[in-house]
Amino acid sequence: MIPELGHFALILALSLALVLSIFPMIGSLNNTPGWIALARPAAWGQFFFVAIAFGCLVSSFLTNDFSVVYVAQNGNTLLPDVYKISAVWGAHEGSLLLWVLILSGWTVAVSLLARHLPAVMLARVLSVMGMVSIGFLSFLLFTSNPFARVFPAPLEGGDLNPLLQDPGLAIHPPMLYMGYVGMSVAFSFAIAALIGGRLDAAWARWSRPWTTVAWVFLTIGITLGSWWAYNELGWGGWWFWDPVENASFMPWLAATALIHSLAVTEKRGAFKRWTVLLALLAFSLSLLGTFLVRSGVLTSVHSFAADPARGLFILIFLCIVIGGSLTLYAARAPSVSSGGRFDAFSRETLLLGNNMLLVIITAFVLLGTLAPLIYDALGWGKISVGFPWFNRMFVIFTPFLVVLMGMGPLARWKHQDPGELARKLRVALLVSLGGGILAALPLLHKGSVWAGLAVMLSLWIVSSLALSLRQRLRYRKGLAGLWQDLGAKGSGSYYGMVVAHFGVAVFIIGVTFVMQYEIEKDIRLSPGESTELAGYTLRFDGVQAHQGPNYRADRGTLHVLKDEREIALLHPEKRVYTVQTKPMTESGIDVGFTRDIYVSLGEGLGNGDWSMRLYYKPFVRWIWFGGLLIAIGGLLAASDRRYRIALRDQAPVTVGKDGLIASGGA
Amino acid sequence: MTPKRKKRLILIALMVAGVGVAIAVALKAFNENLMFFYTPSAVAGGEAPADHLIRVGGLVTNGSVKRQPDGLTVTFDITDYAETIKVQYTGILPDLFREGQGIVARGRLQDGNLFVAEEVLAKHDENYMPPEVADALKTAHKEGTAPGGETP
Repeated sequence: MIPELGHFALILALSLALVLSIFPMIGSLNNTPGWIALARPAAWGQFFFVAIAFGCLVSSFLTNDFSVVYVAQNGNTLLPDVYKISAVWGAHEGSLLLWVLILSGWTVAVSLLARHLPAVMLARVLSVMGMVSIGFLSFLLFTSNPFARVFPAPLEGGDLNPLLQDPGLAIHPPMLYMGYVGMSVAFSFAIAALIGGRLDAAWARWSRPWTTVAWVFLTIGITLGSWWAYNELGWGGWWFWDPVENASFMPWLAATALIHSLAVTEKRGAFKRWTVLLALLAFSLSLLGTFLVRSGVLTSVHSFAADPARGLFILIFLCIVIGGSLTLYAARAPSVSSGGRFDAFSRETLLLGNNMLLVIITAFVLLGTLAPLIYDALGWGKISVGFPWFNRMFVIFTPFLVVLMGMGPLARWKHQDPGELARKLRVALLVSLGGGILAALPLLHKGSVWAGLAVMLSLWIVSSLALSLRQRLRYRKGLAGLWQDLGAKGSGSYYGMVVAHFGVAVFIIGVTFVMQYEIEKDIRLSPGESTELAGYTLRFDGVQAHQGPNYRADRGTLHVLKDEREIALLHPEKRVYTVQTKPMTESGIDVGFTRDIYVSLGEGLGNGDWSMRLYYKPFVRWIWFGGLLIAIGGLLAASDRRYRIALRDQAPVTVGKDGLIASGGA
Repeated sequence: MTPKRKKRLILIALMVAGVGVAIAVALKAFNENLMFFYTPSAVAGGEAPADHLIRVGGLVTNGSVKRQPDGLTVTFDITDYAETIKVQYTGILPDLFREGQGIVARGRLQDGNLFVAEEVLAKHDENYMPPEVADALKTAHKEGTAPGGETP
C-alpha cells in the first residue's frame, strides 16, 4: 500500500511539474496574472508530493518491506536504522528520488526567499526549474521506478553496499546533490533573464547568493567524498581522478568561475554574456556528471549497474537542455549591451584571467575524463589517462591562478596602475619568495623544490590577504570597523573572500606536503614485532576476531610509540559483511594536525603474521581543512546583507561603490 | 595606433602566448600519459610495447596465485581463455582480489612476457566485471577458443 502511495505521489508531482513549466511561462509572456500566480502553488505542490514519495520509500526501508525490489536489493533487517535511511540513496533509483526531492526543495526555497523578485521574473525562474524537474521525474518514473514490486517477496534483503555504511557517505551524496541541483537555480535565473532580455546588475545580484550557496554545498560534498575515500578505501588516497570525482569537480570549477564573474557583472555591469554562458555551462556539467555516473559508460568505483536505456534517456535530456539553452543564448545574447568598460589592467582583467584559467582547467579535466570514451568510440583502442597527467596539469595552471588571486583583491576596478599595485604587493612578494626559498632548502626538513613552490604560493595568498585586510581596516577605522562590517553593515562577501582564499592557501600546503613527504610501507609483521615509520615505532600485537552488528572482522592491534612513549592505539580491521560476504578494509588512523599515521591490514599469512600497509601522511588534514574554510567563506559571502537589502530595492544597481575598497566577494 | 591601444594589444598577445604555451605543454604530457589496454592475447601476440606503462586485464586463473617467501610478492596468471600471461606484484592486493575474478593491472611488460604490476585493481562490486575484461572475454569467445559462453 505505502509503495503504491509513493508511486502515485510521484505521478502527481510530475503533473504539477508540467503545470509549473507551462502555465506560468506562457502567462509571463502574454501577461496573464492568473497564470503567473500559478507558479508558487504548483512549486509547493510538487515539493509536497515528492516529499511524500520520499517518505514512503524511507518507511519501506524502515519496515523492511522486501516486496519492493529496491528495498530488497539494498535493505536488510540487520542494518542499523541510520543506514536504513541512508540506504534510500545508496543506489540508482533512490538517489534519483533524492535528486528530485532536492530539486523541488530548491524550487520552494526560491519561491519563498526570492519574494521580492518581480512576479514575472520569479514565475519564469520557477517555470524553468519545473522543466528540469519534468526531465528527472519522467526519468524516474519511466526508467527507474523505486517503488517497483517483486512477487514473491524475498525473506531478507541484499543489504547496503558495505562501503556505503559509513557516516561520511551517509551525508556525502545529499551534500553533493544539493550542489549539483543548486546549479539549476543559477541556470534558471540565467534562462529567465535571457527570455526577458534583461541581463543587468540586478539579475546578477539576485542570482549571486543562490550560486554561492550551491557552490558551498558542492565544496562540502567534494571535501566529504575525499575524506570518505581516505577513511574507507584503505589505500590512503584522497583523490583518484576517478571519472565520477571529475564529474563533481568540473561543475565546481565552472561554478567557481561563475561566482567570480557574477561579481564583475554585479559590480561593474561587465561580462554579462560570459556570465550567462558560465551559468549554462555549470549546470550542463552537472547534468553531464549525472550522465557519466548513471549510464555506466565509464569504468569507475562509483558505477552503478549499467543500463543503456537510462544512459540514452539522460543523453537525450542533456542534448535538449544544452541545445535549447544555447539556442536561446544565440538568439538573445547579441542584443545584450556590453556594459561597463575597463582598462587593460584592472580588477576586471585579473578576474577575466581567473575565468580563463578556470575554464581551461575545466576543459582539460573534461578531456581527460572523456578521452577513454572518445578513443573507444573511434576504435583507437582502450585507454585510460594516468593520474600523473591530471596532477601535472594542475601544477602548470595553479601557480598562475594563485598569482592572480594575490593581486585581485588589492587591484582597483576599471583602472589600476601596475606600478602602484606592485608597490602595494612588495611586502607580499618578499615574504613569499623568502618563505619559499627557505622551504626549498634542506634546513628544517628535507627540502624540495615543490614544497618550496607550495609554501611560496601559500604565503603569497596569505600575505596579500593580510595587506588587503589592513588596507580595508585602515579605511574603516580599525577593529571597530571590523565589527561594524560583520554586524550591521554586513559586508560578508569581502570577509567570505578572505576566508575562502585563505582556505586555498591551506589546501595547497596540504596537497603538496602529503605528496612530497608521505611515506608508504608495505610490510609483513609477526605478533610482537615492531617497525619504524618516520620516527615512530609501530608494534604489532596480533589480530583478534571481532563481531559487529552485521559483519565479522579480524581486528588488528598496533601500538604507536614515539620516544618509547605510547601515543596511540590503532585497530585496523578487515571486515566481512555477513549478507554480501564482501571483504572490507577499515583502516586505523591516528589523526594529527601536522601528520596522520595510517594502517590498513592486508591479509593473514599464517602463524598470526599479517601483511599490512603503513603510511605516514604529513599535513593531510590540511586538505579537508582547506576545503572546509573555502565552504565557510562561501557561506559568509552568501550571508551578505546587501543581497537581502537589494531584493527590496528593485531598481537595478549598475555601478559599484568605489574601486579602492574591496567590497566584492571576488 | 594610440599608446593605450598598443599596450592593450601587447597585453592580449602576452596572454594568448602564455595560454598557448600552457596548452601545448599539457597536451604533450597528455599523449605521454595515455595508457593503452591490452588483452592477454594481444600481449602474447607481441602487440604490447615492452617497458612502457600499460594496462592488462583478464580473469585470474584458478590455482595460479603463488606467494613468495617474503609474503608480499605475489605471482598469478590472468587469462582471456585464449592466452595466459604471468603477472607479478609486490604489495597488498585489493580486498576483492581472488581466483576466478576479473582484474585490471597497471604496470610494465618485462622480458619473457612477465608483467610487473604497479597496481592491481579489482572493483568494489563483486558482480562487476571491468568492461575491458568483459570485452576481451567476448572477443576470445567469438574466435571459438573460450569454453561454452559462461561469463561469470
